[in-house]
Amino acid sequence: MINFDYIRVSTPTAAVDALAKDKAAQWIAGGTNLIDLMKKGVLNPQKLVDINNLPLKEIRKEGKVLRIGALALNSDVSEHELVLQSQPLLAQALKAGASQQIRNMATVGGNMMQRTRCPYFYNPDMPCNKREPGTGCGALKGFNRMHAIFGTSDKCIAVHPSDMCIALVALDATVLVAGPKGERRIPFQNFHRLPGELPQRDNTLERGELILGLEIPDNPFADHVHYLKVRDRSSYAFALVSVAAALALKGKTIQDVRLGMGGVAHKPWRLVEAESFLKGKQATEAVFREAANLAMRGAKGYGQNNFKLKLGPNTIVEALKKATEKA
Amino acid sequence: MAKDNEINGQPEHSPDQGRRSFLKNSSLLSALALAPPYIVKAAGAEWDEKAARFFERVPLSIEVNGRSRTLSIEPRTTLLDLLREQLALTGTKKGCDHGQCGACTVHVDGKRVLSCLSLAVMQEGKKVTTIEGLAEGEKLHPLQEAFIKHDGFQCGYCTPGQIMSGVACIREGHAGSDDEVREYMSGNICRCGAYPNIVKAIRDVQKGGQKV
Repeated sequence: MINFDYIRVSTPTAAVDALAKDKAAQWIAGGTNLIDLMKKGVLNPQKLVDINNLPLKEIRKEGKVLRIGALALNSDVSEHELVLQSQPLLAQALKAGASQQIRNMATVGGNMMQRTRCPYFYNPDMPCNKREPGTGCGALKGFNRMHAIFGTSDKCIAVHPSDMCIALVALDATVLVAGPKGERRIPFQNFHRLPGELPQRDNTLERGELILGLEIPDNPFADHVHYLKVRDRSSYAFALVSVAAALALKGKTIQDVRLGMGGVAHKPWRLVEAESFLKGKQATEAVFREAANLAMRGAKGYGQNNFKLKLGPNTIVEALKKATEKA
Repeated sequence: MAKDNEINGQPEHSPDQGRRSFLKNSSLLSALALAPPYIVKAAGAEWDEKAARFFERVPLSIEVNGRSRTLSIEPRTTLLDLLREQLALTGTKKGCDHGQCGACTVHVDGKRVLSCLSLAVMQEGKKVTTIEGLAEGEKLHPLQEAFIKHDGFQCGYCTPGQIMSGVACIREGHAGSDDEVREYMSGNICRCGAYPNIVKAIRDVQKGGQKV
């Protein structure tokens, strides 16, 4: 690891200032992804600004909104009473990610900011438009078993790696950020972006904008949620495909539904068309299958990841079945 | 698909999304319920802008296995390298050094973490427990005894990490069934494949109800 300057800040103002006045500076929170990338030489920040002392760890309910500070730990959020009560899908998704050691270090904000695990991105000797724009995409015709089937571009077919974010996109969360120009709220589905011509940009944050926290509105899904993660081993591996499913049922009738999908795109993928189709229909496997087929329209395989074209709809159906069974 | 593209597309936020000066008026911050301002200020005076140039070593106060240490380190030193190279506590193992194997697991302020992905400088004022700090003198920790009893290892390289992780797993209340142990121990890889005996050892201690 190349050495770096290190400072600590304890207020959001100081954190924003520190990046505004130093172009080579970068924030560090849990560090579980950043330290790894620095060891690999993928990222070499000249200065790290430690933001762990910022007062952004609180998890609390205010009216019909659950607020989670950006520095709340993944393990704390996944086991917090308020989260288990009002947003069990989020708890399930968090527990499906990483290991308990990493969840004890990783923050909510950091989870959103983690980089793709594409092997070409992770290896500075390989071409990668995300790491080094203009060098090409090694995965396009290379090892692409883990890669995207939706929303790709000829510049990048990497996938977003988080589980937590798949639940958050389904739950219509809002991201609260502050930067040199002020504050804003970003709807979760607008936080991450597709690669397009600028695969180096994972999200819509501007340089120097700090995530303060999240807001998740109440929903009628507490009884029927399921996060289904399909991976190469039964725990501690990134998703091949994952589905976050939430249902509001009256008898067998689907009153409301949310579907998020992971391991398939450069951003947490929301299955809006399948959701509209399902509303008002009966919760049966045949209906789920039809919705899954709708959701897969426009999907494209790149060779080694063609299996996701079949695994994807199967995972959607299974997640909806599991969510229906719960009561 | 049109709808999906709309919502999954590439939205750029509109520039007129009511921006106020963040520094003057931070309503989102107050929405997140900050600690009282005086606490923030007090902490700030101590921490802010305590910069370390990269050619400098920085001071670090840390408690390791009950002993307070005042050290001087490079900012890039990981907690793992600090323990092994500077404090000669070689019980904590370097396996992959990239957060994939769990061999470097230690407890920081009571929580199990990966020391290979922790910068030592970020552990200022914290209490670290390593495998060397688990026994009480000659008396092994119950889980150390259980690993011997159940033959929970072969080559032994992953064992310190397994035991530190296992102790935390029991303390967290995540050792209630074999399946739960397997799930919550998944961050610790054993290439000899001693998993069944590791599960037995952890379950044995958990069921014994001893204080761990």
